[in-house]
Amino acid sequence: MFQVLDSAVPIACWSCSIGHNDSTLFCPHCSKIQPPPGGDYYSVFGLKPSLNLDLFALEHEFHRLSRKLHPDRFARAQENEKQWSLADTALLNDAYRTLKDPIRRTEYLLKLEGAEIGEQHSGKDRKDASRVPADLLEEVFDLNLQLEEMRMARSLGETDPKLEASLTEAKKKFDGLLEAVDSDLRDAWSAWDAGDAAVRGIVQKTMVALLDWRRYLSNLARDVNSVLGA
Amino acid sequence: MAEGRVVGIDLGTTNSLVAYMQGEAPVVIPGVDGSNLVPSVVALDPVPAGGGRPTVTVGNTARRALIETPERVIYSVKRLMGRGLEEIQDELKLFPFRLADDVETGEVPRIQLGEMKFTPPEISAYVLRQLKRNAERFFGAPVTQAVITVPAYFNDAQRQATKDAGRMAGLEVLRLVNEPTAAALAYGLDRAKEGTIAVYDLGGGTFDISILNLREGIFEVQSTNGDTHLGGDDIDNLLLAIALDEIHAEHGVDLRRHPGAVQAVRKAVIEAKIRLSTELEAHFDIELPNGDRYQREIPRAVFEILIEPVLERTVGPCKQALADAGVTPEQIDEVVLVGGSTRIPAVRQLVDDLFHLAARGKKPHIELNPDEVVALGAAVQADILAGASKTTEEMLLLDVTPLSLGIEALGGTVARIIQRNSTIPASATEHFTTGVDGQTNVAIHVVQGERELAADCRSLARFDLKGIPPMSAGLPRIEVKFLIDADGILHVTAREQRSGLAAQIEVKATYGLTDEQVESMILDSFDHAETDFAKRLLIEARNEAETILAAVERAPASPAWAQLTGDERKRIFAARDSLIVAKQGDDSAAIREATLVLDQATRHFAELMMEAAVSTAIRGKTMDAADEELGEAVTAPHAMAAAEFK
Repeated sequence: MFQVLDSAVPIACWSCSIGHNDSTLFCPHCSKIQPPPGGDYYSVFGLKPSLNLDLFALEHEFHRLSRKLHPDRFARAQENEKQWSLADTALLNDAYRTLKDPIRRTEYLLKLEGAEIGEQHSGKDRKDASRVPADLLEEVFDLNLQLEEMRMARSLGETDPKLEASLTEAKKKFDGLLEAVDSDLRDAWSAWDAGDAAVRGIVQKTMVALLDWRRYLSNLARDVNSVLGA
Repeated sequence: MAEGRVVGIDLGTTNSLVAYMQGEAPVVIPGVDGSNLVPSVVALDPVPAGGGRPTVTVGNTARRALIETPERVIYSVKRLMGRGLEEIQDELKLFPFRLADDVETGEVPRIQLGEMKFTPPEISAYVLRQLKRNAERFFGAPVTQAVITVPAYFNDAQRQATKDAGRMAGLEVLRLVNEPTAAALAYGLDRAKEGTIAVYDLGGGTFDISILNLREGIFEVQSTNGDTHLGGDDIDNLLLAIALDEIHAEHGVDLRRHPGAVQAVRKAVIEAKIRLSTELEAHFDIELPNGDRYQREIPRAVFEILIEPVLERTVGPCKQALADAGVTPEQIDEVVLVGGSTRIPAVRQLVDDLFHLAARGKKPHIELNPDEVVALGAAVQADILAGASKTTEEMLLLDVTPLSLGIEALGGTVARIIQRNSTIPASATEHFTTGVDGQTNVAIHVVQGERELAADCRSLARFDLKGIPPMSAGLPRIEVKFLIDADGILHVTAREQRSGLAAQIEVKATYGLTDEQVESMILDSFDHAETDFAKRLLIEARNEAETILAAVERAPASPAWAQLTGDERKRIFAARDSLIVAKQGDDSAAIREATLVLDQATRHFAELMMEAAVSTAIRGKTMDAADEELGEAVTAPHAMAAAEFK
């Protein structure tokens, strides 16, 4: 089941010996598959880091590269090409999975830019709740009580239409807040894509905060959904 | 020399099939008895009178032994593939699997079959070998490479066990393909369809649901879900339990103590189940050991009420798959039904309700035989892998991993590193460090599943990163790369980055056979079919070599010989000499290669002889005489032209 793989990046193409930089999936001279290139997920698709992406073009490129790289195309190739096809396709898939999803893409770009996001900084100097506005904090407190009550009622096989209505109301509110934060994120993307280094630095901080806020909201929404959907 | 064919194999719980691509369409290869289905049943014949190893039989003959010698027969072994002792306790209650009494926890369970013991992959290897032989008989050539299908929801260990079985049967498994995806390939071949497809696959022992997008020949799986222990077997067991209880209550006979009789009742309930797919009523009439008769009428309506809880278990996975793919039932353009159990009208009704088909004026696809469609799809994938086929060159399958991969973190929780429904191959890189000064190893526990606690997930492997240079706590930086390959099987690599030392990893799979164990279980060790085949190939190659050597021996006597240059003659003699050497060895491929070289070296000579013969004929000899000369001239140096190996 397990095997130790070792892949060193050659300076020259393993097949035709002509030198090339290590950021290409195929040798520009002989077209043979190369070991996984260095570089980020964007460079796999020949893109510069940006937050607004043409998803249709991305999918098209994903399919085009899959046709050339996939291990199915190398089932009877020699062992080294097989291994590179596997590693390159894994890289392609990881890159596509990350870039096609707006939240994963944002998190990835922030990481590339050296920002600490999510759990990386959550333990140090802040708590999720510290960024929650005071009035909402009270509401969340009530919500958690209601969720607990609802779970209790459910486990006893009882229904409480009033509680359910109140939770449905809360869910609507959180969905609305989520939509608002997504809209703010989209604005931040455009600002980052168009901005210079100074602007980007500021926007990045905004995005880190927005992502934290979003995570907090979607956890709440998930809890409400799981209780309502049960 | 062209490589052999790649066949597609559906290794099913109840039945197995082998198929291949015949031109532009996949076809199932029948067995000697003319049947396309090989029952996945393995029986051990009685020990020969003179002692020695008893013969293993597979398929219909084995199934017949089920009633006479049930203790020497095993079926539905797919349910045990890749599972540990504690995981199979439930199966043991329902199936007459007899565990060897010396099996210990942590070992791959072994099944007692007569006086012998076999692991589940070995049993499956017998089924695979039968399919391999059927294909070889059909082609008249050896078959060594295959695509084998597995339930989409199979975990890492179940996949590895299937691959091990292939190796034991002498097959190089080029790819494991998920069954519902294979079915989609079979359906997608003859229709240039674009859109979103749901494949509902309820087989003998497993249930899968997959949602795929089809665009320009790319089959991209969006999500998959299922239950690897849900299928027609569960319906059979339910009906069987009811019948046995009734027999006990009404006739005072406890058949559970008579394995042969249980199998007879089992056969009767299966027949009743099958009849109820086409008729509104079925009846049992079984003679009991005490001479009584157990007779029952079962209306379809009653049957449907009985099996409802079983069918209901498919609903949750379907809804989850839709949610994971981010589509509503209305967005599903086509539904494909796979597996024998989808013949049950109640199953079709359930699928119709789930995907709102009738309401949208749609019907599920049942054009291809639900028992064969997976094997047909496997043949399509085999053709894709073999390459060089116009029919499938534009097709590509992008499948996903069905279960999330995670690492046990502090407190026994799971840190997910690869999410379920990620397109495979997929990878994730994690960094680990030490917690104590001077610590030289770190233990990592890898699990597969969706639960929050590691204890509730499937344990894949525990491994130790060893040989970490002693440093202060938290200083070492060990990079571990997890890679799920195109078969859905995990590979792990590790290196310590700060020292640049590759940590020596010791990996212990939680379940599964070691490489050495698999090696020792290869069926060839007591099976001579393969060596006989090789012998035959060798004899044929030597015969061809002798024919061309004899022709070259006679060549200098021919007037055409004088027209050759010295170089040409030298090349012919060199090629002749190497063929003579090769013929003394027993490598049939080398002999063929040398024969080919000599054949090419003599090509010009052959042409000259041909010209001479033709001009003789033109100069006015009788046509009959010319024919004779021509005939000999043409056949002589080209003895091997007709030899064709597929």
